Parts: sequence; C-alpha cells; structure tokens
Amino acid sequence: MSLLELSGVSRQFGGLMAVSNMSFSLEKGEILGLIGPNGAGKTTIFNLINGYFPPTKGTVTFKSERIDGLKPHKICQRGLARTFQVVKPLQRLTVLENVMASAFVHTSRLNEAKELAMRSISFTDMEPWKDRLAKSLPLGMRKRLEMARALATKPDLLLLDENFAGLNPSEVQSTLEIVRKIHQSGVTILIIEHNMKVIMSLSQRVLAICYGERIAEGKPEEVANDPQVIEAYLGGAHA
Amino acid sequence: MQKTLLQVGVPAAVLLLIPLVLKNPYILHMLILVLLWTLLAQSWNLLGGYTGQVSFGHAAFFGVGAYTAGIIFKVTEKAPLAWTGILLGGIAACIVATFIGWICFRLRGPFFALSVLALSEVLRLVALNWKELTNGAEGILYIPPFTSKAAYYYIILAIAALCFWVIHTVMKSKLGYYFLAIREDQDAAESLGIDTTRYKLYSLLISAFFTGVGGAFYTNYMGFIDPGIVFGIEHISVMMILVTMLGGAATHTGPAAGALIYILLSEALRVWVKSGHLVFFGALIIAIIIFFPNGVVGSINEFRSRRAQRLKEEGGAA
Repeated sequence: MSLLELSGVSRQFGGLMAVSNMSFSLEKGEILGLIGPNGAGKTTIFNLINGYFPPTKGTVTFKSERIDGLKPHKICQRGLARTFQVVKPLQRLTVLENVMASAFVHTSRLNEAKELAMRSISFTDMEPWKDRLAKSLPLGMRKRLEMARALATKPDLLLLDENFAGLNPSEVQSTLEIVRKIHQSGVTILIIEHNMKVIMSLSQRVLAICYGERIAEGKPEEVANDPQVIEAYLGGAHA
Repeated sequence: MQKTLLQVGVPAAVLLLIPLVLKNPYILHMLILVLLWTLLAQSWNLLGGYTGQVSFGHAAFFGVGAYTAGIIFKVTEKAPLAWTGILLGGIAACIVATFIGWICFRLRGPFFALSVLALSEVLRLVALNWKELTNGAEGILYIPPFTSKAAYYYIILAIAALCFWVIHTVMKSKLGYYFLAIREDQDAAESLGIDTTRYKLYSLLISAFFTGVGGAFYTNYMGFIDPGIVFGIEHISVMMILVTMLGGAATHTGPAAGALIYILLSEALRVWVKSGHLVFFGALIIAIIIFFPNGVVGSINEFRSRRAQRLKEEGGAA
C-alpha cells in the first residue's frame, strides 16, 4: 500500500488548468523528486496535497485514507508536513518559539513541546540561532527553519518546496546532509527542486511535469535524458 | 525568585495599600477608572495585540455585560443582585462572541473587524428601541447599595488582576503560542496543524468575557447606563484600541500604562481646555502612533533590547 496516492487529480483556476489528471504514488521510505519548468504546477500539487485548496477533480489518499477536501491543520495532524517555497516564518517570534508552536500538535505541555522543538532544532543544526527573531535570520536559515518547524510536527511524509533555492554551495551541502538525515530517520520525502545536482543525488525516482501534466517518470538519470524533459526546459532545438 | 517577588510583590502591596493612605474620593474614582480601563485594554490586547484579530466593536461585549447587570436590577429591583451581572454579563458577552466569531473567523481580512463594529451598532439600536427591557434612551438608573469608593476599588482591582493573571498564564501555554502563530502567519499556522478558526474563537471568548465583566462593573459602579454610552463606538470601542496602542499592544503591562496615561490626560485636558479636550487627545494619539508605534511600553522594551544587543556586541569585540 502506498503512503501517498494521487489519482486523477486536477485543479482549475478559472480558465487555466494548473494541474490536469495527475496520478502518482509514493511508497513509504522513498524520496521522490518533482521537477518541471517555472509555472509547471509543482507548488500547486503541494497545495493540493496539503489541503491549502481542494482539487477540482480526483482524489488524494494518505495512509489509506482520503485527505482531499480536509483543511491543512487536519492533514498536518495526520502526519503530513510541508515547507513553503516563499518562506513563512513567524516573524516576531524567536526560532525556538517558531518550532515550539508547531511542536504543540502532539502535546499540550510546555516542557514536552520545548523538548521536541529543541530536538528538531539540533537535528537541523540551528542551535546557535535558537534565540534569534525569525525576521532577523538570513535566507539560508529561514529555509532551514521551515524544515525544523515541519519536523517538529513528527511527520511521516514531508513535502519540501525548493529548500535549496538561493543557498550558497556550502549551505547546499549542509542542507543535503540534513535532508538525508531526515530520510534516514524514517520520513518519506517528496521534494520540489530546480537544482539538478540535489535532485540527482537525493531522489530515487523523479517525476517531471510541464503545464500541469506528467511528461516523464523514472530513475533520475533516465528522466534527465528524456527528450520531452529537455524540450520542456530548453526548447525543441535541443531535444 | 527574588526578582519575581520584587516585580509582583511590590506593585501588589502598593495597589492594596493605596485606599488606606489616600482617602480622597476623587483620586480613588480616577484609580477605579484606570483599573477599569486596564481591564478593558487587557481584554482587547489579547485578541487584537496577541492574536492579531483587530476588533472595532468591543463595545458590543461591554454593552451586553453592562445591560445584563442593568436588566437584572430592573427586573428584580434589588440593587445587590446587579452584582451577579459581573459573572452573568461575562457569560452573556461570550454567547454574543460565539455567534459572531463562529461566523466571521472562517474568513480572513477585515471581515471580523467590520462585522463586530456593525454588531455593536445593531445592539445599540436594539437597546435604544426595546424599551420594555432597557428603558430605551432613558437608560437604567438605580441607587448603588454601597458608596464606599475603597470597596469598588478593591473589586475592580481583583478583576483586573485576575484578567492579568489569566492572560499571562495563557500566553505561556499552548494557547498563547497558537495565538501568536495565527497573528504572524495564518497559512503557516494552518500548515503547522493549528485550527485557526477555533483558536481565534478561543481568544475572542476570553477577551469578550472580561470585556463583559468590565461592562457589568461599570453598571454597578456608575449606577446609570444608557445605550449611547455603553454601546458607544467613540466611548468604548475606539478607546479600547487607543488605550492599548498608547501603552503598547502585545505587551503585558502596556494596557495598564495606557489606561493610566489615558485617564490622567483626559482629566487634565478636561480641566485645562474644557470641551476642546477631545481634539488635544486626538492629536496626541496621532503623534504617539507616528513616533512610538509600539506604544510606551513597547518602545521602552525595544530601547532596552537594543541596548542589550549593543552591550553584547561591544563585549564580544573586547
């Protein structure tokens, strides 16, 4: 049984088909990369899975239960967490308070939430930053805070939305290690990324989409060499 | 430990001893008003300051509390029974709050702020026209059972202190973290597992309860209410916002500081410039919002944390 399954999912915004008839599934313990040119509908797919808005058609199944139409907080409580591409830190709270706010999903006790938050913070190597206000963090740390916060909800499935974008090479390296550590701790990951080096080294399987439709799926190197994928990114002349 | 004793014990002792030292009824009256406005601003601050849900119509809850106490007196004609309005008025305000919050908090943006403004006006018109129940524009007048200012002082002090303690406790718990998360980013809060509609409603309920209690105290203290005063936008709704902003929104002691400044200033201005006091008060508010947008307490806190940061950096460099 797949951990997550999308079947025939479509989302229409007025006359625009942002995602059309999308079906794919994710096995427990897998890392699936989601790639595609700008505007392909990657983040829309995340928003559909996480309940930010419901699909126009189709079903989303998580742990054998339908979750399409549920509100984001319900979906999060079931063990599905996400990060935002355009980071959404709780600006006027410290890093620790940010992570604690999400750790309260599983407990009402302050001490337990703090402990869980601290574990999440040390897991993402953010201890030196824990008392800084979120608004004072550099971009790299904001992206990392997104991960720490998502982790504190103890997810079974984590959706990572371009957590590597805008990072310098050494930050990319350290974030790679963190994502690997998260995966080794038993979390299944669906990752959107433009950085091909990251996608190639992390994901076991890659799904490429364009204009809301699936154009290729398979091992990372197969997808990278797929003529349709090359055409989508670089135009017809290169395919 | 010693620090908390100083921070809590000394102000508490001073507040408790004041009526024993100061017997002047006028000064006690001013202090009672300061405490009443501390209570009201604290209530508004929980919802508007900490949870980020601005209300332009808290007079709705104040008036419902005030009229609960007033109607209890009118029906029973026993002035001591009007004191049960303190609790019942808070509960009545919560019922009204549930109704408006349950509908409006599903939405984001200005819907709640405006709906509650409309609600307070609707309630004012109901109080004005439902004469059998409220005496309409005549208002409800009665002779309070006791006139000792000190007694009223201790009652409102107890209520304001309880409210302070409740909010202080809430803000250190899961609820408080959720309120702040909702204020900072509702999308993020939702995706972190927070039922934003429900927690916004919780914040409103606590806020409305204490506002209703404040209204009921007002009735008991003043011995007279009419729709224009207790449901008044300019007397209650706007003043609750201004007092909070003046002292510092989303700070623990801001509401008290704001209430003190508000009462002192409005009294002083009333003496000096007679009926022109509202103009001066308005100008002052504008100045404060431009130059000290975080309020008095907020600005002091900011100054302190900047100095601490600077000292830390200098210490690190040396």
